[in-house]
Amino acid sequence: MTTRRSILQTMAAAGALSLWDTPIRYAFASVPTDRRFVVVILRGALDGLAIVPPHGDKDYASTRGVLALSTSGTNPLHDLDGFFGLHPSLTNVKAMYDAKEVAIFHNICSPYRARSHFDGQNVLETGGTGPHVLQDGWLNRALTPMGLADGQHALAVAQTPPLLLSGPARATSWMPETMPAPNEAFLARVRKMYANDPVLSASLSSAMELQTQAHAAMDDPAMKKPGAGAGYADLTPLFSGGGALLAAADGPRVAVFDAGGWDTHFNQGSNDGQLARRLQALDQGLDTLKTSLGPAWSKTTVVLATEFGRTVHPNGSNGTDHGTGGAALLLGGAVQGGVVHAEWAGLSSSALQEGRDQPPRTDLRALFKGLLAEQMGVPASALNAAVFPDSGAVKPLSGLIRA
Amino acid sequence: MSLEGAIAAHRFGLGARPGEIDRASRNPKAWLLSQINTAADQPVPLDGGTFKNSGDLVVEMFQYQRDRAMEKRNGTGADPVKTFFKVKAQEFLDELAARYALGFTTDRPFAERLVWFWSNHFVVSAQNPRAITFVGAFEREAIRPHITGKFEDMVLAVASHPAMLLYLDNAQSIGPHSRAGEFAGKGLNENLGRELMELYTLGVDGGYTQDDVIAMAKILTGWSLSRNGENNGFAYYDNRHEPGDVTLRGRTYPPTLEGGVAAIKDLAHDPATARHIARKMVTHFISDDPPAESVARLEKVFKDTNGDLHALARAVVDDPNAWKPGPGKMRTPVEYVTAGYRLLDLPKGDNTDKQVRGALAATRLMGQTPLAPPAPKGWPDTSDAWSGPDAVLTRIEWAQQVGQRMPATLDSAAVAEMGVGPLLQPSTKTAMAQAESQPDALALLLSSPEFQRR
Repeated sequence: MTTRRSILQTMAAAGALSLWDTPIRYAFASVPTDRRFVVVILRGALDGLAIVPPHGDKDYASTRGVLALSTSGTNPLHDLDGFFGLHPSLTNVKAMYDAKEVAIFHNICSPYRARSHFDGQNVLETGGTGPHVLQDGWLNRALTPMGLADGQHALAVAQTPPLLLSGPARATSWMPETMPAPNEAFLARVRKMYANDPVLSASLSSAMELQTQAHAAMDDPAMKKPGAGAGYADLTPLFSGGGALLAAADGPRVAVFDAGGWDTHFNQGSNDGQLARRLQALDQGLDTLKTSLGPAWSKTTVVLATEFGRTVHPNGSNGTDHGTGGAALLLGGAVQGGVVHAEWAGLSSSALQEGRDQPPRTDLRALFKGLLAEQMGVPASALNAAVFPDSGAVKPLSGLIRA
Repeated sequence: MSLEGAIAAHRFGLGARPGEIDRASRNPKAWLLSQINTAADQPVPLDGGTFKNSGDLVVEMFQYQRDRAMEKRNGTGADPVKTFFKVKAQEFLDELAARYALGFTTDRPFAERLVWFWSNHFVVSAQNPRAITFVGAFEREAIRPHITGKFEDMVLAVASHPAMLLYLDNAQSIGPHSRAGEFAGKGLNENLGRELMELYTLGVDGGYTQDDVIAMAKILTGWSLSRNGENNGFAYYDNRHEPGDVTLRGRTYPPTLEGGVAAIKDLAHDPATARHIARKMVTHFISDDPPAESVARLEKVFKDTNGDLHALARAVVDDPNAWKPGPGKMRTPVEYVTAGYRLLDLPKGDNTDKQVRGALAATRLMGQTPLAPPAPKGWPDTSDAWSGPDAVLTRIEWAQQVGQRMPATLDSAAVAEMGVGPLLQPSTKTAMAQAESQPDALALLLSSPEFQRR
């Protein structure tokens, strides 16, 4: 059987995917810090209640319905503290949590309160108070106070630097030869777009059927190769390559990864299905990042953030729609971990934002500011002015990083 | 910006570059016709050098044959075969890259489309190791100068080109009763004689018999390569020509070069040829299922003008069926990737050469290398050949990769409005608005049915 995976490998072999990337050069002199700060942008609005299920909440099972995860049965969630858990796919993240390398934030989001992906990502990345208020990324503006603005120490693992890392300070970018294949949420959108084109929709359905067979083959332990990724949209090349660059003694100290595919409006799934597979790919990617960082992992903080959360209740097609509050994860050897930070308000309708979304109790900027201060030594004067303008009222979180 | 302007840029052109729909919309037909007042532009080598003409290439080929013979006798350990074909394969890719680059940037996309059409009609494929040397030169010398000229001139240029004479084996075809034939005991090769009628002029149902194929092959004996490169590599060898008059489809031709030219001209002007070419052109520009009245209109123009290709191109532009909105034909891979590059104003930046070669690799993965089809029939020109599951998914993957390579600040909605404009479907707009990122929105635009089609 010809799987999409084998075709992608052929494509990589043919050099087709290096459409026009330039090889990265690293001939760095002294680097002002040995600490690493990594941001993973989860584009598409990741469902916070799926990744960090509050299984101990009395309303959890009833509000989540078909999406609810269980502590028992096949493929149960990973319990963390008797109240919160981690999605069953996050086996490696759970191990890191047990090693006190993971801190979790719930009911967190940017100051953006509407529900457009583009505008939400714009706020997440610019650090502004609203969409298009600022023209460049907060991480770019933080490079100068970090002393890393020379173009060699900030890395975008992307074809072109995302807005988060765009701006006056220089950054570099790199992508592996094998780019991740389209994720299921994207393909589902394409399929919907093809609804009125019988030829294209039939072809795509048939191709996706093949893909499902390929998944089945890869889920079969006999077919699974050691070190293989989560199947179709493998993120491991991204994280292993980026991690190897970050590990170098004179390599980048700041990096941004992009991992989309979280916009699960249709058939989100619970302990298996679309989102479970995507989370498995993320989990394996993060484990690869840790491995490829080697000893540098102990100096590393990785923050995972998304533009907003999703609705608490399932929608009419067993998915979730755009919401407000969500979850953010902190990982790394430098993290003060093994803890879930949540100003939890429950899941009853009165506790929800506009009766439907997780409430926005913590501003993501407070987390970012705390990380920049504690992990990378950015002074408060820079944080409140150049990096996050008009954010004086948003106090940095503290106690995030091991002393 | 008008719907007709968008149709002009997409159906007749190569997909709209920024601002092109606006320019086309002022007077879509006039915009198209203004592009074909002269022969098509020539591709320019990406390294700024020049391409070799067929005369020089023929000299190189004979030199290579002498080197090989010498090597066989002396056995010095060199491998002229390997070296020669390595160089030639690279030269072919360089020609192809220049052709892609021209397609991405030309402001005469309709002229370029006509070149692509005729090159896929008069096929010389780089898959043939003897022809690969000449494939680029063939299009530059035998096709481009004639896209708005007379059909008979194009057929003559094709039939006397070293590329075609090698590809369809006529260079080795010898009249069995000619002096050379009797001396060497060699004979006819029917390949070019047959395809000249079946594929290039009359069409498979155009009214010819196996006797006609043999007659045509006899007529073409002696049409071969000049050893010193003179006359752009073509020479007529009387001592290989089959003696005696030959009767082809009821007409008799003398055993001379002029007799061959006359026979080819008669084929070029045959009513069956008019029908065959009209049908093929309507299929290419208008529909997989060509409307009979459109075919009839073009057929009449071809006959009335004695195969004036400028008039024929005008007739397609003037055909009402060509301006009907609605789902058009699937773009071939090279049309699709070209349209994507034009939409996004690529290549740009400091590694344009790499971007062009990336496009070449992409179309190959989608199943098409221009100028290198598997058979003399050329690449398929109907949608079903390009819309299989794997092909569609490969296109979507490519679309997503291209989307991810564009600057994060690029406004996908503005790109869609400017480059697809009135052809944009509500379902695509909705999908783009709901996309989870700008790169995904661009990928959706490139994957959309209206962008896959033209």
